[in-house]
Amino acid sequence: MRERIKNREEFLALQEKFMQARSREKRKVLVCCGTGCAAGGNLAVYEELKNQLAAHGAAFELSLNDNSGDAVGLKKSGCHGFCEMGPLVRIEPEGWLYTKVRVDDVAEIVEKTVLGGEFVERLGYHQNGQLYKRQEDIPFYKKQTRRVLEHCGHIDAESIEEYFAIGGYSALYKALFGMSGEEIIAEVSNSGLRGRGGAGFPAGTKWAQVAAHTEEKVKYIVCNGDEGDPGAFMDRSCMEGDPHKILEGMIIASVATNSPEGYIYVRAEYPLAVSRLSIAIAQAEEYGLLGDDILGSGKSFHIHINKGAGAFVCGEGSAMTASIEGNRGMPRTKPPRSVDKGLFGKPTCLNNVETFANVPDIIKKGADWFRSVGTEKSSGTKAFALTGNVVNTGLIEVPMGTTLREVVYDIGGGIKNGKKFKAVQIGGPSGGCLTEEHLDLPMDFDSLKKVGAIIGSGGLVVMDEDSCMVNIAQFFMNFICEESCGKCTPCREGTTRMNEILKRITQGKGRMNDIDELRDLASMIQVSSLCGLGKTAPNPVLSTLQNFEEEYVEHIRDKRCRCGSCKALSQFVITDDCIGCTLCARNCPVEAITGSPRQKHEIDPNKCIKCGTCKDHCPRGAIKEG
Amino acid sequence: METVDLKFIDSVLAKHGGDKAKIIAIMQDLQEQYRYLPQDALEYIAKKVGMSESKLYGVATFYGNFSLDAKGKYVVKVCRGTACHVRKSSSVLQALYDATGTSEHSPNSKDGLFTLEIVSCLGACGLSPVVMVNDVVHAAMTPDKARDLVKQLREEA
Repeated sequence: MRERIKNREEFLALQEKFMQARSREKRKVLVCCGTGCAAGGNLAVYEELKNQLAAHGAAFELSLNDNSGDAVGLKKSGCHGFCEMGPLVRIEPEGWLYTKVRVDDVAEIVEKTVLGGEFVERLGYHQNGQLYKRQEDIPFYKKQTRRVLEHCGHIDAESIEEYFAIGGYSALYKALFGMSGEEIIAEVSNSGLRGRGGAGFPAGTKWAQVAAHTEEKVKYIVCNGDEGDPGAFMDRSCMEGDPHKILEGMIIASVATNSPEGYIYVRAEYPLAVSRLSIAIAQAEEYGLLGDDILGSGKSFHIHINKGAGAFVCGEGSAMTASIEGNRGMPRTKPPRSVDKGLFGKPTCLNNVETFANVPDIIKKGADWFRSVGTEKSSGTKAFALTGNVVNTGLIEVPMGTTLREVVYDIGGGIKNGKKFKAVQIGGPSGGCLTEEHLDLPMDFDSLKKVGAIIGSGGLVVMDEDSCMVNIAQFFMNFICEESCGKCTPCREGTTRMNEILKRITQGKGRMNDIDELRDLASMIQVSSLCGLGKTAPNPVLSTLQNFEEEYVEHIRDKRCRCGSCKALSQFVITDDCIGCTLCARNCPVEAITGSPRQKHEIDPNKCIKCGTCKDHCPRGAIKEG
Repeated sequence: METVDLKFIDSVLAKHGGDKAKIIAIMQDLQEQYRYLPQDALEYIAKKVGMSESKLYGVATFYGNFSLDAKGKYVVKVCRGTACHVRKSSSVLQALYDATGTSEHSPNSKDGLFTLEIVSCLGACGLSPVVMVNDVVHAAMTPDKARDLVKQLREEA
């Protein structure tokens, strides 16, 4: 039963109660139930843990509200960011991490670890023959500075009591009872926090602009959780793993700017994030942390969730507000800016999930603490989604200004399968690529801008020597083409023409003047598009042209794709390494492969549809593509 | 007005206060029930919330998640995001097209079981390539696993 907290004293007493309850738990078993681990079967692991603990007669509690004292706390946590090694189970107080856990492993975990306090070695993480028991010692985590993601994976993501127990909502308490609106904004400004959604606009400045509209009674706080960039999932993990942190950040923004209404716009592709946020909002309302007269302070704030409906452009501010209003999500010309006339024509403070998630710590620990990491102009940390052809994929958080080399090699563990590093695509369809020469470039807002890339929302897709850069450029242009809302001509028509040209180049039908034409179109689209989607759409093409022009030329002049990624240009051939096992022939969907058992096989290029199935099945690596 | 249940639509409208601004949420509830947006229902809703049919049609067709055609029992979302792309999601997509008898231009299978959708990112990049069937994520897909998945879904149906 949750009762409304009526005043500050009651809040402090309640927080103390749950801190005690959490510290009394003699052991915690945290089962990751983020999207990744849930897909890997961790929900079943959780259920089995419950059954086994009960069968052993062990005292355990599923919620701090059970308040049973010296028990084992069994919790569903959010995402640890190490999805590749999932399903994950974390054991406290030791901080052990079990990887790739199956239902069959549960009996051993309960008997040895939970009851016996013993580590199960085979479930531990191994790298280069070495065992890492503690999560924080694993190289992937050791080099990180987790601030926004600090509690992701370490607390029950569906329990506000857990959030209280780790000091949650203390920042709100401080903001409500110890600071004026101006002081809150000054703290955020001094921290140097810049918008984590991509453009890097100073958050404090934005808040001050909204706060300055004292003539308006209705103002809005909007949280952008429409993480549409392919290859980015920082905000998803944050919403799933620590939803109250985002709510707390939003409530503080509401107090600072005097805005009584709030919206969180979440992508429809994130059903778990929607559900965790809904639970969090309902819990916060029950305790009176949301709603009218928050903690008896006289302040009010209501949060509504809007589910996106599958339009990338809605991540743009004015398109998002149009969508919340129930319209086609199309951007409009600016000015007026959202801070003056945003949602429903009222001043609106629109920030990204990660931006809001940074706020509670800034208020609690101060601007100087926040500035203690990062660079002068880009303070704090940044979460990145590290994916692609890298050994350790997952969600990471590092100080701003960390170099690409540290991220790819120290945290990511280098390139997969011993291949060579080629490039990193950063910032999704609005970003660019970074190559070997940029490995020691500090990743912060301004350094990246100088080389034609952007931090964007923080997607880092690592590409090895087998990734074709023309193909990647066409991939992004195709994406933009489909997602362009069609309102302005440069973006609608320009990206379509660029996509046509790129398509014909990847099909071996390019012309030499296509490269100039791409550059012309790009500069036209950049200067004349209405919104950020169009203005940045040519970046992936320009950046690959700048760094890999010779690959474009090869595609056009030699009709050759050196990476074998462009299917129309590639051919599959069987080399002399073939042992005649017949696996390729049996798996070929179009019967293009012939040959007798134990004899070298042949592929009929006229029948081959270049699906690559044969290559995947060959035990000897005898099928080459190129 | 035979195909749609007006009582259900009224309940959805009531849940959202008949508010024009909630039209996207209203259509999401509608689509969850029918798996697409029946035309009769849209006409009825337009009248009820005081919006022109053309405007409502405009909103419905703007967003990729809404469908004016009946979708299959299993909506298979194939992620074609960057991370999945560099880990060969195109061959997974092709395998799914072949196994379900669908294609890019006719995404609904004739038996009414499958609808194939391409989505730009499911945010499960660490597990790429991924496929989502209704709300369940399937990780680290291969063409073989994709064919098995279709077979399994057919048996369950």
